Amino acid sequence: MVKTEVTLCGIALKNPIIPASGTFGFGYEFAELYDINCLGSISVKGTTVSPRFGNRTPRIAETPSGMLNSVGLQNPGADAVVETELPRLAAVFDGPVMANVSGFSVGDFTAACEKLDAAPQVGWLEVNISCPNVHGGGMAFGTSPEAAAEVTRAVRKIAKKPVIVKLSPNVTDIVSVAKAVEDAGADGVSLINTLIGMRIDLRTKKPVLAEKKGGLSGPAVRPVAVRMVYDVYEAVKIPIVGMGGIARAEDVIEMMLAGASAVEVGAANLTDPFACRDIVKDLPAVMERYGIEDLESIIGGAH
Amino acid sequence: MKKVKLTVLSNERLTKDVFEMRLGGDVSAVTRPGGFVDVRLEGYFLRRPISVADREDGSISLIYKTVGDGTRAMSGLGEGAVLDVLTGLGNGYDPDASGDKPLLIGGGVGVPPLFWLCRELVKRGKEPSVILGFNHADEVFLEDRFRALSVPVAVTTADGSRGVRGFVTDAMDDFDYTYFYACGPLPMLRAVAGSSRTDGELSFEERMGCGFGACMGCSVMTKNGPVRVCREGPVLGKEDVIW
Repeated sequence: MVKTEVTLCGIALKNPIIPASGTFGFGYEFAELYDINCLGSISVKGTTVSPRFGNRTPRIAETPSGMLNSVGLQNPGADAVVETELPRLAAVFDGPVMANVSGFSVGDFTAACEKLDAAPQVGWLEVNISCPNVHGGGMAFGTSPEAAAEVTRAVRKIAKKPVIVKLSPNVTDIVSVAKAVEDAGADGVSLINTLIGMRIDLRTKKPVLAEKKGGLSGPAVRPVAVRMVYDVYEAVKIPIVGMGGIARAEDVIEMMLAGASAVEVGAANLTDPFACRDIVKDLPAVMERYGIEDLESIIGGAH
Repeated sequence: MKKVKLTVLSNERLTKDVFEMRLGGDVSAVTRPGGFVDVRLEGYFLRRPISVADREDGSISLIYKTVGDGTRAMSGLGEGAVLDVLTGLGNGYDPDASGDKPLLIGGGVGVPPLFWLCRELVKRGKEPSVILGFNHADEVFLEDRFRALSVPVAVTTADGSRGVRGFVTDAMDDFDYTYFYACGPLPMLRAVAGSSRTDGELSFEERMGCGFGACMGCSVMTKNGPVRVCREGPVLGKEDVIW
């Protein structure tokens, strides 16, 4: 009998599988398909202090082994998330959830975090300083170590729950940003957010996405994510949530060997709504195939 | 929603770039005309959302246009091929919402979902009429099958090569109708809503990520707030649409 339990910032998970923010809604709609209690946790849809409709459509483009999105943080706002969405999720999911938070100013981040931090269902705050699809904020905080540290410090000061900072891969040196947020008090980091990309329609001769550019995700980005998790693991002591193109149990093990304590599964949920359930189901057999008895023991094993 | 394996029973060309694929297997989740399925194609990351043109016991029919590499690959699949399909997606039309004489208005590849709807309306004892709009005579498809249901059918073509010259709206006044159901390109839907004298339902198209409500990729704003075309749609009430 293999052991799939892991610990993330002091909170035990039955397995390291967490659907990534923006690919699983607020979770409860997936409970119509299967018992989502099989999941380690759920990172819910990115939430801002005020409701947002997001960007114009088209917001989606297909790419080789992946996709671009420019949804732009559509969400009903922090109050509605706390009052309506999280209780609906709590009715079908027993575990702690990861509240993903975005903002356009330090004050936005702290205001939204304060509301979500107080929600009983929330286990961790995942502070998204890396959304490539909003202007005047979002990723701007994640591309400078100083700005990333400033948001982290401000959120850390008001939050009672562990603060995990979600990092952008759209930087020259992700390690310096990771170290800056660790020094500023982050309890963990999650990486990678999407890589900025573009597709152009040959018939219209214009970009496919209304916003022209979007975030690339899917198996195409996995080697980039594995490399970045590997680099960050060498530089920080706080736990890492690894993500980027994970679609199979084998990918989970690879990401954990690179240094991830838990993983998020993103784009795979959109091509197969049962992807996370199937990864959880397959994990023990794949662990046995590779001679792994305790999943937690392999974290950073590739170093 | 149900994820099933369906077998290609046939895959035939209807016009130069429109094909009909019949799929057999567990189609129990396909219950609403105007709904769609999401087809996984080998070598393509995202599924292809395609409306259901007809449903019988144990099979569905998909009529699709080859617009890109994915649908072109789909048109090459032969009998016996097995596809991974998410079935029972979308809200679909409400066949009970119309009065006695609903008018069905389809443009181009917007025509297929109206066929199953038409059968359901006839089954309910209603007297539907149909307007089918195309650009040119050689693009016309499904006309015979609608006529076989013994319902009045008008065909319009933009260049007048067949039926009424002009757009579907040029034929709407020829009918006395109590309600309308429309599916087609956005400019057509806008024109239909503007010309219509009754309430009605319109089916919209958006580029989708997942097709089942998870990614918010296909959201549009309505008078009732944001909706996901794949989940609360693709059919919206005329009064809810912001043009």
